[in-house]
Amino acid sequence: MKDLMEFRWHGRGGQGAKTAALLFADAALASGKYIQAFPEYGPERMGAPVAAFNRLSSKPILLHSGVLNPDVVIVLDPTLMDSVDVTEGLPETGIIIVNTAKPASDVRKELNIKPGIKVFTIDASAISKETIGRDIPNTPMLGALIKVTGILDFKEMLADTKKKLEKKFKSKPEVIEGNLKAIERAYNEVKS
Amino acid sequence: MAAKKEKPGWKELPEGDLIIGGGTAREFKTGDWRSRRPVLIPEKCINCLTCWVYCPDSAVIVKDGKMAGFDYDHCKGCGICAHECPVKGKAIVMISEKEAKGKK
Amino acid sequence: MAKANVIARTGNEAMAEAMRQINPDVVAAYPITPATEIVQIFASFVADGLVDTEFVPVESEHSAMSACIGASAAGGRTMTGTSSQGLALMAEMLYIASGLRLPIVLADVNRALSSPINIHCDHSDTMMVKEAGWIQIFSENSQEAYDNMIQAIKIAETAKLPVIVTTDGFIISHGMERIEILDDADVKKFVGVYKPENYLLNLERPITVGALDLQDYYFEHRRQAIEAIRNSKSVVLDVAKDYAAKFGKSYGLFEKYKLDDAECAIVAMGSTAGTAKVTIDTLREKGLKVGLLKPRLFRPFPKEEIADALQGMKAIAVMDRSDSMNGQEGPVCLEVKAALFDKGLNKAVINYIYGLGGREIRLEDIESVCNDLSSCLKGKAVNKINYLGVRD
Repeated sequence: MKDLMEFRWHGRGGQGAKTAALLFADAALASGKYIQAFPEYGPERMGAPVAAFNRLSSKPILLHSGVLNPDVVIVLDPTLMDSVDVTEGLPETGIIIVNTAKPASDVRKELNIKPGIKVFTIDASAISKETIGRDIPNTPMLGALIKVTGILDFKEMLADTKKKLEKKFKSKPEVIEGNLKAIERAYNEVKS
Repeated sequence: MAAKKEKPGWKELPEGDLIIGGGTAREFKTGDWRSRRPVLIPEKCINCLTCWVYCPDSAVIVKDGKMAGFDYDHCKGCGICAHECPVKGKAIVMISEKEAKGKK
Repeated sequence: MAKANVIARTGNEAMAEAMRQINPDVVAAYPITPATEIVQIFASFVADGLVDTEFVPVESEHSAMSACIGASAAGGRTMTGTSSQGLALMAEMLYIASGLRLPIVLADVNRALSSPINIHCDHSDTMMVKEAGWIQIFSENSQEAYDNMIQAIKIAETAKLPVIVTTDGFIISHGMERIEILDDADVKKFVGVYKPENYLLNLERPITVGALDLQDYYFEHRRQAIEAIRNSKSVVLDVAKDYAAKFGKSYGLFEKYKLDDAECAIVAMGSTAGTAKVTIDTLREKGLKVGLLKPRLFRPFPKEEIADALQGMKAIAVMDRSDSMNGQEGPVCLEVKAALFDKGLNKAVINYIYGLGGREIRLEDIESVCNDLSSCLKGKAVNKINYLGVRD
């Protein structure tokens, strides 16, 4: 794996792309990595296509320019693929993970993705509806991302997320349970 | 005439446009702005202290609760005291500085 | 696992965190993108009882700085935050704060000035007030923003001058990074208790603040302020030394990156310096002996030290994230040139105006700057003033 990994999250305003990037960064930080998480700032509107970015490295990250060639692209909303070029700048060895019920081969065909690029799919919306009770695909997508990239120790990440959720949702144990379950299921169910 | 006092240089001044100490306005003598001055006629004065209340320069001197004259170092000669004096025939009259000379 | 005091924070969160640990007496502020979060987060600290601060919401930035001036003159440790148009609206009061020698600390998130209206990063806002008598400290990232805020309080109170600490709008203010924070108790001890010599609420020693100065005193008071800003350079160094001794993090007037053995140099402030370091690493491998000088202290401008540091360079590229609008080079370049001239150094200095209104500055852009430096070293003619990344 490269020492500096770059990630791009695609979502719609209000879907939690920025939050996912922040959560991912926070989890990576807990495992001792240097991190960056930043959103793309434009005219923000609910439902408009938005992007957020991560950089992870074992060394301090000095770079402060935008992410142009992400190693990994995560698509939170499959309907974005009709309007946004989600594969833009993705290198030949890149990875793309899409929240969809379709198999990876369908996504590869639809987007005409080059053979070197690895495509993964996971029905994160269905998982979040079943485990959390609402369509918030960003948490399960974290599980899928960690499985696919192997960039963080999964157990460590799960323990850290649990700790953070416990702080935030003291009075709602079902939320903590649901989120952890969602991450775990996506980790196990993501497919190429 | 007193010798002209040297003003302090920049290293001697307190930092930051400050004037240290209270009541420093007393040192700023405005009496020479005056062309007419108030004069008290003690036998007519009823010590109501209306002049003291109205004086914008705190130039009315009060001693033991009684009107005791004017602080001519600070009185600008506005004449409000004379105007407000409620005594019939007035216990305070305004006279010109020229007239006042020699009467001090 | 990361250490407990290693946390993920955006630039705004890092500055607010520093403010929480400093626990100032008064914060008066008005919201403006992209600095809003700093005081918004701080206001939640006030509401949660984590600080003892009197938070004064006001109706404009002019009022914010006015309230800060009043609070500081009264004897309180005072802080605020703003950006761009907000700083511009404060301008009148900024001069009063420095003239009265009040140690207010202001977190400014650098954002372009209108018009055209824009919310993204450039340095035109702080450059607009570079003559306001405030010390100006630039930060490359969230970590520096945090460390600079804590040092700024001590610098301000020692130099008796107000201090602006900057971060680059959105790039740093909204970018989350790994930062290492100090313990609350250590910060408390480091900043100490503010004990002004003269203050309005001291009834034992009454003072008049801001009396009318005419032809007879104004010049003397200005002369004092001029001397204070000149002397503040050593205060910045003393505080940095103390900070390094206590916490092991070294700061100076500027940072040198691979500069000592370089033949040519880039001068850049703020977040661009980080991107420049990465480019420099790449080009060093290709054989170009290039280094970086990143000014941290822009006001006062440490001209002797900067000229010394650049003495051995054969070519220098100065990057300005604003223009001086005087038909000459950008503000940083003019300062560097003046510094070199006073040392009798006649160097090839190339100026780049870049990144206005948040225009992206990529590795390739800085690489093109390095290529120009390389051409310069080979004796080829290079444009003196360049507009990097603008569409022709």
